[in-house]
Amino acid sequence: MDFSALNPVALLASLMIAATPIMLAAIGELVVEKSGVLNLGVEGMMIVGAVCGFITAVETGSAWFGLLGAALGGILISSIFAFLTQVLLANQVASGLALTLFGLGVSAMIGNGYTGIKPPGFNTVNIPLLSDLPFIGPAILSHDPIVYIGILLVILVWYFLNKTKNGLVLRAVGENHDAAHALGYKVIWIRFSAILFGGMCAGLGGAYLSLVRVPQWTEGMTAGAGWIALAIVVFASWKPFRLILGAYLFGGVTIMQLNLQALGVDIGIAYLSMAPYLVTIIVLVMISSNHLRSSANAPGSLGRIFHASQ
Amino acid sequence: MKLLKSILMGGALFFGLSMSAIAADPVKVGFVYVGPINDGGWNTAHDKARLALEEALGDKVETVFVENVPEGPDSERVMTQMALSGADLIFTTSFGYMDPTLNVAAKFPNVKFEHATGYKTSDNMSSYSARFYEGRAIQGHIAGSMTKSNIIGYIASVPIPEVVRGINSAYIHAKKVNPNVEFKIIWLFTWMDPAKESDAAKTLIEQGADVILQHTDSTAPLAAMQAAGNVIGFGQASDMTEYGPSPRVSSIIDDWAPYYIERTKAVMDGTWKSQAVWHGISTGMVGIGEITDAIPEKVRAEAIALQDSIVSGAYHAFTGPLNKQDGSPWLASGETADDGTLAGMTFYVEGIKGKVPN
Repeated sequence: MDFSALNPVALLASLMIAATPIMLAAIGELVVEKSGVLNLGVEGMMIVGAVCGFITAVETGSAWFGLLGAALGGILISSIFAFLTQVLLANQVASGLALTLFGLGVSAMIGNGYTGIKPPGFNTVNIPLLSDLPFIGPAILSHDPIVYIGILLVILVWYFLNKTKNGLVLRAVGENHDAAHALGYKVIWIRFSAILFGGMCAGLGGAYLSLVRVPQWTEGMTAGAGWIALAIVVFASWKPFRLILGAYLFGGVTIMQLNLQALGVDIGIAYLSMAPYLVTIIVLVMISSNHLRSSANAPGSLGRIFHASQ
Repeated sequence: MKLLKSILMGGALFFGLSMSAIAADPVKVGFVYVGPINDGGWNTAHDKARLALEEALGDKVETVFVENVPEGPDSERVMTQMALSGADLIFTTSFGYMDPTLNVAAKFPNVKFEHATGYKTSDNMSSYSARFYEGRAIQGHIAGSMTKSNIIGYIASVPIPEVVRGINSAYIHAKKVNPNVEFKIIWLFTWMDPAKESDAAKTLIEQGADVILQHTDSTAPLAAMQAAGNVIGFGQASDMTEYGPSPRVSSIIDDWAPYYIERTKAVMDGTWKSQAVWHGISTGMVGIGEITDAIPEKVRAEAIALQDSIVSGAYHAFTGPLNKQDGSPWLASGETADDGTLAGMTFYVEGIKGKVPN
C-alpha cells in the first residue's frame, strides 16, 4: 500500500473544515442541554440557517451578512420551539422532531429558485509569518475565519459555563429547575435564551455548509449533520473541550474514510462509511457503561418540563 | 372492519373504472422521485421530462409527482397512494424502487407502471433505462486525453450494475488514449449528499486527480473543482452548464421526455404493453452536452467521432479484447458484450484497482 499520496497537511486542513459545521451546531446544543432542555430539532435549525445564510449572502453580496442572516434564521425557527416547550409546555422530544421536519420543508420552500447559484465566499485568514510556517501554516492557520470563530465560541462557552455567575445559574437551572426556581431564578427565560443561542449556533453551522464547505444551496443538504451534532454532545459528556475532540474525531474519520478509498485500501468500504457512526455508538456505550460518570455529567433536569406551580 | 374496507375499495375501484370510461377525462400520470426536483441533476432531468409531457399533451394529461421519496418501504406507500388516487400510469425513477414497484403493480393490475434503470418487469410493469455507459465512453476518452497527472477521480454512488458499467466504460476508453491512466474511485453509498460529494471531490483532488467523473446527483463536486482550479469534470444527468466552460467540459444529459410522451400516448390509445427498453445516444435518451472550448480541438473532434460511431452502431463501448479485473478473459478480440451481461455487471475490467463493494 502506497500511503505517500496521503498529504498530512491537506488531510488536517480538510478535517478542520469537515468538523466545523457539526462543532458549531453541537456547541449550541450543549448550552441548550446544560439548561435542561433537549432540542432534537438541530437538523431543522441547521438547514434553515443554511438556506437563510445562502439567500442573504447572495442578495447582499456579502458572506458576512450571510452569516448574520443564518444566525437570525436559526434564532427565529428556534423561537418556535422555545415558545412551544417553555410557554405552552409541550413535549420537548415531539416538538424537536417536529422542528426538524418543519425546517426541512420550509427551507425547501424558501430556497426554491436559489439552486445553481454560486454564493460570495470568505477570504482565508492570513496571519503574517504564522500562516507561512511549514506544515502548521497551511494545515491549521490558513482557513476561512469561521473555523476559528467556531473554536473561539467553544472556548467562550466553556468560560461562560464555568467561570461566570450567569453560566453557573444556567447550569443550576439545568440540574434542578425546582431548586433554581426556589432561589428566585427565572427558569423559563433562562431556558428561552439558551434555546435561541442554540438556534443561532445551528444556523451558523448550516450556513458554513452552504457558504463554505459545499458551497451551494441544495434541498436537504445537511443530510443528517444535525443528528451527528446531537450525538457529539453526548459523546463529549456535555464538556465543551471534549466537544472539539468529538467533532474533530468525527470529521477526521469521515475524511480518512474518503482518503483510504481513493488510495484503494482493500477493506470493506461499507465498514469505512459506517466508521464514524460506529465510533459514536462505541463511545456512547462506553460513557453510559460508567454509570456514576454519566449521571454526574448529564444535566439532572434534561428534557423535563418546568412549571412554576409544581 | 375488513368488510368495510373491501366495500370501500370496491367502491373506489368502481368509481375509478367509471371515471376512465369517460373519454374526455385526462390521463393521470404519477412520478416518484428519489431526491428534490431542483437537485440540478437526476431528478431535475426527470421533472423536466414531466413538464415536457404536460406541454406536449396539454389538458389530455394530468401529472402528479412526489419528491424526496426514500428507496424502500416508504416508496411503496407513495406508489399505493398514487394508484389509489386514480393514476393511470406511474413512473418510478430510481433503481431502489424496483421491488416496491413490482409489489404495488401486483396490487393494481389496471394501473401501468414504468420503472427506471431496473431489470424486473411484470404484466403491468415495464422497465426503461438508458445506456449511460455510451456517454461514459466519451467522458473516458476526454478524461484520458486531458489528464496531466494520469490520475482520474471517480465519485461513485451506489454499487449497482449501472454505476459499475459507467466506471468500466470510462476506464476502458481513458486507458485506450492514455495507457498510464489510473482511476481512483470513491463510493459514497448515496445518490445525493452535497457535503459528502464535495469532500470526495476535494479528497480526489488532494490525491492528484485533475479530471473527476461523478455519478452522484448534485453539482457540489463541480463547485469543488471550480474552487480548486485546473481540474475538469462533467455534468451528470442534467447539463450543469452553470459550471461551464470549465470545470464542466461536457456532460451526460438524460432526456426522458420522448419516452414519457410515447408511453403516455400508448396508455391513451390502449396500446400500452409491458416491455424492457434500453436506449442510448442514438435515440436521444442519452444526450452528450456541448464539449466546451476548454478541450483542445483535436480531442473534441475525436470525442465527436467516437460519439458518431456509437450512434451509427459501428462501435460498441464494450468491444473485446477485454479481461475481467482478475485477468480472466471476458470478451475476445472484436466481440461485443451482450445486454444480459451488461445489465448484471458487478465486476471491474482489468486494470482498475480496488473492489466493487457489495
